[in-house]
Amino acid sequence: MESLSTTKPKSRLSNSNLLFIIAGIIFILMYGFSLISFPDSFMQFQTFFDLFNFNAALFIITLGMCIVMIAGGIDISVGAVCGLVTMACAMLLESGTENVWGALFLALGIGLAFGIMHGYLIAYLEIQPFIITLAGMFLAQGLLTTLHKDPINVTWPAFVALRNYTIEIPWLGAVNRLGVFIPCEIKPGVFVVVALVILYAVLMKWSRFGRNVYAVGGNSQSARMLGINVKKTLFFSYVICGLTAGIGGFVFLMTTGAGNIGNGALFEIKAIAANVIGGILLNGGVGNLLGAPIGTLTLLTINELIRAAGVQSNLQAIVSGLLLYLFIVLQSIIMSLRGSSKFRLALPSWLKLNRLQDNGD
Amino acid sequence: MLTEIILKMEGISKSFPGVRALHNVDFALRRGEIHALMGENGAGKSTLIKILTGVYEKDAGRIILDGRPVHFKSPQDAQNMGIGAVFQEIALCPNLTVAENMFIGRSRDAFVQWKQMNAKAAQMLDSLGIPASPTQELASCSIAVQQMIAIARAVDMDCKILILDEPTSSLDEDEVQKLFELMRQLKARGVGIIFITHFIDQVYEISDRITVLRNGELIGEYETAALPQIELISKMMGKALSDVAAIKKHEPSKSEDSVPIFEATALSSAAGVRPFNFTIRKGEVNGFAGLLGSGRSESVRAIFAADKVTGGEVKINGKRVKIKTPLDAMKQGIGYLPEDRKGDGIIDELSVRDNIILALQVMKGFFKPLSRKQTEEFAEQFIQQLEIKTPSLNTPIKSLSGGNQQKVILARWLLTHPRYLILDEPTRGIDVGTKVEIQKLVLKLAEDGMSLTFISSEIDEMLRVCSRLIVMKDREIIGELSGMNLTEQNVMHMIAQGGK
Amino acid sequence: MPRLKAHFDRLSHLFLPLSVLVILIIINLIKGADYFRITMVNGAFYGNIPNILFGASELVILAIGMTLVTAASRGQDISIGENGAIASAIFVQYVLNAGEVTLWTILAGFLISCVAGIIIGAFNGALVSFFKVQPMVATLILFLGGRSIAFIIDGKVSPILANEISNRIGTVIPGVPIQTPIILTVVFIALVAVVLKTTNLRLYVEAVGINPSAARLNGINPKKIIFLTFLIMGVCAAVAGFIAVNKAGRHDSVNLLKFIMMDAILAVAIGGNSLGGGKFSITGSIIGAYTIEMLNRTLLRLEVEPEAIKAFKAVFIIILMVIASPVVRVFARKVLDKAKTIVAGYSVRKTVGLNKAVLSTTDTSARKKEE
Repeated sequence: MESLSTTKPKSRLSNSNLLFIIAGIIFILMYGFSLISFPDSFMQFQTFFDLFNFNAALFIITLGMCIVMIAGGIDISVGAVCGLVTMACAMLLESGTENVWGALFLALGIGLAFGIMHGYLIAYLEIQPFIITLAGMFLAQGLLTTLHKDPINVTWPAFVALRNYTIEIPWLGAVNRLGVFIPCEIKPGVFVVVALVILYAVLMKWSRFGRNVYAVGGNSQSARMLGINVKKTLFFSYVICGLTAGIGGFVFLMTTGAGNIGNGALFEIKAIAANVIGGILLNGGVGNLLGAPIGTLTLLTINELIRAAGVQSNLQAIVSGLLLYLFIVLQSIIMSLRGSSKFRLALPSWLKLNRLQDNGD
Repeated sequence: MLTEIILKMEGISKSFPGVRALHNVDFALRRGEIHALMGENGAGKSTLIKILTGVYEKDAGRIILDGRPVHFKSPQDAQNMGIGAVFQEIALCPNLTVAENMFIGRSRDAFVQWKQMNAKAAQMLDSLGIPASPTQELASCSIAVQQMIAIARAVDMDCKILILDEPTSSLDEDEVQKLFELMRQLKARGVGIIFITHFIDQVYEISDRITVLRNGELIGEYETAALPQIELISKMMGKALSDVAAIKKHEPSKSEDSVPIFEATALSSAAGVRPFNFTIRKGEVNGFAGLLGSGRSESVRAIFAADKVTGGEVKINGKRVKIKTPLDAMKQGIGYLPEDRKGDGIIDELSVRDNIILALQVMKGFFKPLSRKQTEEFAEQFIQQLEIKTPSLNTPIKSLSGGNQQKVILARWLLTHPRYLILDEPTRGIDVGTKVEIQKLVLKLAEDGMSLTFISSEIDEMLRVCSRLIVMKDREIIGELSGMNLTEQNVMHMIAQGGK
Repeated sequence: MPRLKAHFDRLSHLFLPLSVLVILIIINLIKGADYFRITMVNGAFYGNIPNILFGASELVILAIGMTLVTAASRGQDISIGENGAIASAIFVQYVLNAGEVTLWTILAGFLISCVAGIIIGAFNGALVSFFKVQPMVATLILFLGGRSIAFIIDGKVSPILANEISNRIGTVIPGVPIQTPIILTVVFIALVAVVLKTTNLRLYVEAVGINPSAARLNGINPKKIIFLTFLIMGVCAAVAGFIAVNKAGRHDSVNLLKFIMMDAILAVAIGGNSLGGGKFSITGSIIGAYTIEMLNRTLLRLEVEPEAIKAFKAVFIIILMVIASPVVRVFARKVLDKAKTIVAGYSVRKTVGLNKAVLSTTDTSARKKEE
């Protein structure tokens, strides 16, 4: 996206875009490999859509985490907040209120409350983000178990209808063994994902706030000197992340239809992993927002691939860990090659350009 | 008082825990003047500027801008009131594009107009002759270009007051002239410029008026034309300065026949310096001369193996040795005071004591820690010997002034008793008094038999200290000057001609 | 006098963890005055304090390793629980396959598990130091895959360690009044103290954590030092796993030391250490670890519902971090300074009397005239 707006093609690719391109290539290779190895399942469009259908909440949460990571912070409470939201909303819906909007507002409210708490403590009281969001995670988990320990299934018909609602694409699908055409199905949560991806991508690329987030993540001292309100920027990045976790929780409920203690467990870790694969560095300032969904897709494809390959269930975690290891090392090698090329002034310029294009292709 | 005063600061005071940085300081700036703010390190210049730009809040006093009292709560406040500033340590974001760095934090619009912004930036860069593309990531620009971009940003903000805090310390002569041209242009437009620098020649070249601070107090305001250089220096230092004016010219010890203490053949490093030969004899002080980026720092870094050595041979006292890491170099009796004090020199949170003993401790090894008593003795000895001003041994080094930090690093290397000590820009950003002290120290060490390499951006400083200059250009040694040929003229000539 | 003050300054970073400890003790004493009571059961001490020391042993050991890793690498190792689980799984397998269990088999098994811990530490450390991956990302890999490895080593669900020696290591040795994990923890702490005393570990780690570039130019290899801290972390994880598995008496690959990295990181932070690396205090981290254990047990003692314990813990942490935050600290110092000057001014006026006060007012009026 950014390369389109560059007027001079010769200007060097930024780190953010380089990492994004790497992430894109990895995903395409990964998916291409899956298509070739397991055409039965991966050739079906439904498999691709299901990645979104069943993991919409993870996509959403990864987006929020992405903004915080670009700002140079971290929020490990998102998974727990997401879980808390599912339980709270499920209880509200089952309490007889029967109001989807009320549940939505509750979800947004919980997310916002956590976001504001984190943002205030981290930005204005300058407390280490890891510890504060760890406390936020404990708080959300504690509240969750205090609210209700057992799973709650939302049985209210209107919500069940929403949960089961799918959009069919009549011109896309597959023919099953009986010769019946089954169109592809998309769940409403996917639209939330797409809308948020577009919204956040625009926010990070074209809004003043988004650019300020990059500046703060790159060098907060300098950002302050440049007249950016660093505290406010940090504050809002956490607020957005919290809010996004709230939305994620609601979408989670929309997908599974039940509040449960285990909901959203380890989402924070998955979100971090997805962002890292997507080329968003934990140091801050580097990363393209579109890397978040790409990273999540890669992560999910890995899981899908391992399942399709029939890897023993307890080996799955090991294999996905190893693949993650591969990506991380690959990223690190490419970045260090790039770093050292900065010093090698003796290198003719055409050679350097060539190397970049190699990566780009 | 012909010209109108646009800025008046009255009775400014500011204290930090344990330090009184400013006490009752007045300052006035007129429209269309270049006003040099002078003082040694710790005199309070930076504090005054930071109060004026809204980074710090003042404890007492008032600021009157265009006749109205103002109060800045943040850098943004100051920016909005037309006060632009460019600092020595470039305050830009390396991960943003050049154009963004010029415009971010200035607009109140919710959205960024990329096309418009890039076009405006391109125009600005063109008109100032800055070799950068607006869409380039800032990190890919050289330091000098980054500095120019910071200035371009300030200029573009239509500021009434422009503060330049040591803008020239990383620029070469050409770039300095370009900057001065720009300053004169702005002056003609009626901008009041506050100029801070350690280069006294530059002050006399460009400024109209000088305000001198010392120990956080105002010494006085003078017309530049009416204040002789030597008087300015003595006002800054607060004592008569016969020894500043005339430091003893070093007599090179001639012992050509002896084996060189250090000898390198075809040495090259990953930092991109071309293979070069280099020798130094016992008791000799030599220097690498050349413009910024000529490869002088890279050469000495190659000697110390600070960058990865990619080729060449090294002999110490005629014996071949392998130097692959800084530790190897240290074990061979080489010391290296790096150019970037903050980034490569001090360990800022560690105490003065730990900073002094660090190199010796590392040489002794991981399993042989010095006793606490020993470290205290060493530290105290050097604090006395080099007159390091520190509240205690256990004070973190970051709370010392730049000059004293540099002395600590010097002490660190002297403690290892090196036979060959490399000093890369030991006097950069240091007050005049300490500068002279360091120069004297270098000559004394050489007299005692140590070999030294001394690098400085100020050519006359090198001429004063070194008996032999190696001249570099474009990462290559282009010649050598010593004895009678060692004059400023010859060095300039050689660089301009490209050697021979 | 100045020497005393310097000594005091050096201890100032312990102010936070110590004051928290004191507050917790006071709360406990209000709840019941018998808090410190220690009873003798079967020749060993039991009671609230021994229980805390017993319960926190693994956390203390891991907090020590975490402190070093944090200081040098400016990041945290989140795979320590998994590392401990793997190392202890190897220990259990060795002991179970060794036939007759003697002290030597236990010792050999322990050493082998330490080697395993070191290898895992080396894996993490290599990623962080040589491939320059951020610690949290690098250790994420083992965090995700580690428990599965431990599960595979176990072979079957939760192998049981049913031998006398393991039982004694996990509880008490007859004739020794103190529970064995407490003794092991004390020995480990002493060992760390000796290492810090006889080597330059502290100086090197701090230098690397604060300014790796300057450290390198002074002959320290930052990569090696960061790598070393991860190796030490590996040993810590193995020892913690050893204690945990002997306490439990069986190896539960899913729950052994689960999520303990959160508490370990918390202990480091409560101990007054910056999570951004640099100067560190192991004493602080140790106190921090005991504080967390005491907090957990205090909440239980206050009869907080088990479901809500985490929420209370969170509130406590937030209050604690707010008090310790830089902004609040600066504010508190200002208030203190002001109070001091007021008190000082008051006492001066009181002792010297009106004379001086009159003098000072004339002084200021004179100055005003000058202006």
